[in-house]
Amino acid sequence: MSDVAHAEPVIGQAATRRLTAPRLLKSAGFRFGVIYAALFGISAAALAAFLWWSTAGLLERQTVAAIDTDSDAMVTVFLAGGVGGVREAIRDRVTGNIDDDAVYLLVDQHYRPVEGNLNAWPQHLPMDEDWGELKLDRAGVPALMQVHYFDMPGDYHMLIGRDVAVRSQLGRLMTGALLWAAAIALVLGSVGAWAVRGLFRATIADVSATAMAVSAGDLSRRVTVAGADDEFDLLAETINDMLDRITRLMDGVSQVSNAIAHDLRTPITRARARLEDAATHAGTAEVLKAAIERGIADLDGIVGIFQALLRISEIEAGARRSAFAPIDLGPVLSDLVELYDAVAEERGLRLVADIATPLPAFGDRDMIQQAVANLLDNALKFSPDGGEIHLSAHESAGRLVIRVTDQGPGMPEEDMKRATERFFRGETARNTPGSGLGLSLVQAVAQLHGGDIELSDAHPGLDALLTLGLRPASAARPALLAAALRAKPQPASRS
Amino acid sequence: MRILVVEDDKDVAGFVVKGLREAGHVVEHTGNGRDGLFMAASENFDAIVLDRMLPGGVDGLRLLETLRGQNNHTPVMFLSAMAQVDDRVKGLKAGGDDYMTKPFAFAELLARVEALTRRGKGDAPTTKLVAADLEMDLLSRSVKRGGQKIDLQPREFRLLEFLMRHAGQVVTRTMLLEGVWDYHFDPQTNVIDVHVSRLRQKVDKPFPQALIHTVRNAGYMLRAEEV
Repeated sequence: MSDVAHAEPVIGQAATRRLTAPRLLKSAGFRFGVIYAALFGISAAALAAFLWWSTAGLLERQTVAAIDTDSDAMVTVFLAGGVGGVREAIRDRVTGNIDDDAVYLLVDQHYRPVEGNLNAWPQHLPMDEDWGELKLDRAGVPALMQVHYFDMPGDYHMLIGRDVAVRSQLGRLMTGALLWAAAIALVLGSVGAWAVRGLFRATIADVSATAMAVSAGDLSRRVTVAGADDEFDLLAETINDMLDRITRLMDGVSQVSNAIAHDLRTPITRARARLEDAATHAGTAEVLKAAIERGIADLDGIVGIFQALLRISEIEAGARRSAFAPIDLGPVLSDLVELYDAVAEERGLRLVADIATPLPAFGDRDMIQQAVANLLDNALKFSPDGGEIHLSAHESAGRLVIRVTDQGPGMPEEDMKRATERFFRGETARNTPGSGLGLSLVQAVAQLHGGDIELSDAHPGLDALLTLGLRPASAARPALLAAALRAKPQPASRS
Repeated sequence: MRILVVEDDKDVAGFVVKGLREAGHVVEHTGNGRDGLFMAASENFDAIVLDRMLPGGVDGLRLLETLRGQNNHTPVMFLSAMAQVDDRVKGLKAGGDDYMTKPFAFAELLARVEALTRRGKGDAPTTKLVAADLEMDLLSRSVKRGGQKIDLQPREFRLLEFLMRHAGQVVTRTMLLEGVWDYHFDPQTNVIDVHVSRLRQKVDKPFPQALIHTVRNAGYMLRAEEV
């Protein structure tokens, strides 16, 4: 059944999920939007309040301050010069008041006017307060006055006022402007919130769509890397790396099951045929015994293949990284050379070693031994009589480079690419013993050590280049990401 | 020797018990972890062949840990289908002396079990190994045969030492690879045969009587008398 058919309902579900209201409240994108709108609204309100306070508010405070100063001055004048002094001061001020925006009125204890530019004490002033607003008709022009009235010594009462028409005009203007501004802020805030939510969703959408597609079975999907080299790109790259690894593991699994289905069938068929043949046709006990022994040998071969397969998947699963330790590969490789030198000599070959000492590395000794042993096994197997095998090992640019070169028939270009696949056997290798798993293991070991195996033509012969990282690969990446995330805010705050 | 086999698979157990008896050992068998623990703790055995996955609530690891907790140091050979390197490490950490994975060749099992029982005896450190007219001095690291000095490379010396320590026993290629080279993998090429053959050139060739013998389908044996 197709995985795509499964994928449809899942995505459909997500689409309906997006539309329902309670879901909307739970959505992180919506929350970010609301938070953005709230922040925007609060900033706009604060700005408006400040504007009001610094314009209309300032005018009012100035008016009050002016009246206060005037009032204090009148009281001082009265104390110094009596009613006469005050009257003179009022007259001075009224004549000096060119803008005609001030009123003064001094009345006696019966509220009869004594001096001032107001005809009578206004009727409607509440007597329990001393500040108020007064509407006057001044030379046919209605005016709004802010007034201060207070008792003077000697039972006199005084009223001082200022025209505040400008202030109220400005107030109306400001109120209108601020109302408009509030409306605009509301619109901008909503649009901004929507945009923030959209931005958030867009960033998440790709990741979540990819994750959904992958969990539905489409392992080829990857998160788009925008190329901005920001936190989202790092996240995308990390997710993609993870998906690559999952894909590799999945491929490995399916390769192994294919291999078991196809490549193990041959030796099993052979063993079975031999045993059945012996059971039906063996004439003597000796023949039967020989057939059974060959059957056992066949089974041992099959077990060997199984063990190699399991070992490779064990290495690929990375379970053995716990055995990683700092090691000196110098003596390790020298021992291997010594082990194989005898075999080479026996076959009339020369094994030439060039191993740097010391050769510090970080890894699993047994695994590296086995990988290099496999390379030497191959080299020995394919070397012509009298040939030379070179093994060199040294550190180069923070990596360990181990090179095994033989003078055998080498490998065609297209075989080199497939040589590390499980059970792959090149044309030239068909007639030699082996399971086609040796290089797969080498590659698994190399990858676990953050390295790789590269094959190339040595003209003549094969050149196998095994590189190993000096520390495990996977440990480096999260640290890198964490460091990058930590480092990110700094350039932003500097700008 | 008295050997206890704790293995729940009837066919495998029957095969192992029969083979060990044929090799001249006295064998007790149980297919149950609890009984196995009881027998191992209450009787004296020279070696125990122990499966890891056992019925009866006590698996091989627990059995061994309990046994070692009681200060019982009977050599134990694990025989298990759990073949991963970690399983092996776990088995050896729990106090196992050797670890074999299923499927196995009986010759290998026999050779290893017999090597275990040998290891248990003779606590005093030896300074000299002797087999027929072959003498090895472990202090001066020199080898003589019939009074004649034989020059050996360090690795050849260790190979001969291993064979002499197990004189009269079958030593498999895997045992040599592990014991002499400390390698835990199976090389595709016949490396061990080549090294043994080189050793023979020095130790056996100049002399009328061969000491290092090939045992068919199993490995090698160093012994004095002809069979």
